[in-house]
Amino acid sequence: MPAAKTFKVIGHRTINAVWRIGMAARFFFLTLMYSGSSFRRFHLTVKELFSTGVMSLIIIIVAGLFVGMVLGLQGYETLKRYGSESALGSMVALSLVRELGPVVAALLFASRAGSAMTAEIGLMKATEQISAMEMMAVNPIARIVAPRFWAGVISMPLLAAMFSAVGVFGGYLVGVVQIGVDEGSFWSQMQAAVDFRDDILNGVMKSFVFGTAVTVIALFEGYDAPPTAEGVSGATTRTVVTSSLVILMLDFVLTAIMFRGN
Amino acid sequence: MGGLECTVLIFWVSILSLSALVEIRDLNFAYDRRPVLEGINMNFPKGKLIAIMGLSGCGKTTLLRHIGGALRPTKGYVKVDGQVIHELDQDGLYRMRRKMGMLFQFGALFTDMTVFDNVAFQMREHTDLPEEIIHDLVLMKLHAVGLRSTYNLMPSELSGGMARRVALARTVALDPMLIMYDEPFAGLDPISLTVVGDLIRRLNDALGATSIVVTHDVQESLKIVDYVYFMANGVIVAEGTPEEIRASDRDFVHQFVHGEMDGPVPFHYPGGDYRQDLNL
Repeated sequence: MPAAKTFKVIGHRTINAVWRIGMAARFFFLTLMYSGSSFRRFHLTVKELFSTGVMSLIIIIVAGLFVGMVLGLQGYETLKRYGSESALGSMVALSLVRELGPVVAALLFASRAGSAMTAEIGLMKATEQISAMEMMAVNPIARIVAPRFWAGVISMPLLAAMFSAVGVFGGYLVGVVQIGVDEGSFWSQMQAAVDFRDDILNGVMKSFVFGTAVTVIALFEGYDAPPTAEGVSGATTRTVVTSSLVILMLDFVLTAIMFRGN
Repeated sequence: MGGLECTVLIFWVSILSLSALVEIRDLNFAYDRRPVLEGINMNFPKGKLIAIMGLSGCGKTTLLRHIGGALRPTKGYVKVDGQVIHELDQDGLYRMRRKMGMLFQFGALFTDMTVFDNVAFQMREHTDLPEEIIHDLVLMKLHAVGLRSTYNLMPSELSGGMARRVALARTVALDPMLIMYDEPFAGLDPISLTVVGDLIRRLNDALGATSIVVTHDVQESLKIVDYVYFMANGVIVAEGTPEEIRASDRDFVHQFVHGEMDGPVPFHYPGGDYRQDLNL
């Protein structure tokens, strides 16, 4: 019976999804539990900071510049209708610091660093490097996973801050240099409108949560990937898709908590 | 069997067990209720080099994974150095693994580290030795496998045979009491094959270790090992010294050792009637 078969398939997929969420949660707690060596031997984390954070800088800077320039153009066109062109600086800064900085930087981070982490760990598993480490009495979660996790958590807020800073500069280039908005009002309105606690700290909090989510998803998918070429490629795709959806979902939840009524 | 004979037999079994570094008793294991190992009994005496041979998928690697504590038996046990492996907690298992070394089929070298760092890995993880001593030890280990000059190369710059030798140097980095080799001869050219075989024998004797070689390379392994277990379909079908194995007239052993097509191991995978499949 097709209905029974559909019901069975839905049930099977639901059980599988719940099972994987449980496994990911367990993996996250194990990562936290075995994080000691990531700090005692901080050079391991620094090495990963380079490959996840520093190597993502170019894409973050270029994307931030263009997003900021588009915001400058679109913002000017809209504000002009209400005769509020001088508020361009505050509009660009608030959009970037509250929303676009953390969200777009996290999406780019998931595509660039998250997929690389999944592929690297998946391949290490496929080529028995993780099994070899276990046979050498070295815990792979402590040695491989935890340093990458903390590198992701540390680098994500820094990348989002960089994205926002470059974005503001892009908005300045278009708004002030190209269109001719008054430079003094651009910066002063921005300074007056942006609140350190409500805007900047909340933005940092968002990027910290996104960084944690993306890194856990990327590491779990890599660690859980079937040890085949197809398995690793599927895990890499799942990392990007799941991370992107989780970022957008978490963004809604965090925005609702942080900015409701403001 | 009389009472005296029985006592003598128990005495010899006890002596054998006492001198055995690895003892496997009535080992059973199943994947999803499909039996992979059934009633395996083996002894690996200290200082010996022993081969486990059999066709692909007969349970050799699964057996090795039980000895390393990566799998839990459904029945029976594996005892290493007097301790039942599956009863150890994680700390106990890791303590035991520090006394073991395992060479994986394709080396499993860490691809983001140089040859030097690969061999130094366990020394840095498990000891507080100063870097100067680690440097000398690593070069000595690499010298033993004939690859001292490759210390600053990456694994991607090595040939298959060289990677296997570097992995061998890494395996014996902490002078383990038990060394396990999973298909060490797979995919090697004839020269590398002889070199790796010779190294396995020499390292075992030099370290006073016990070695277990899982392989289906009959000719190379019969040249170097002290004893052979033959496995098929998850059970031991034959065992003996290399001379006994070569002289064996058992159908399976004869077919395997001489690589013959006809024998108890069929060419065709079991299935339905050929005529029926062709709709004749």
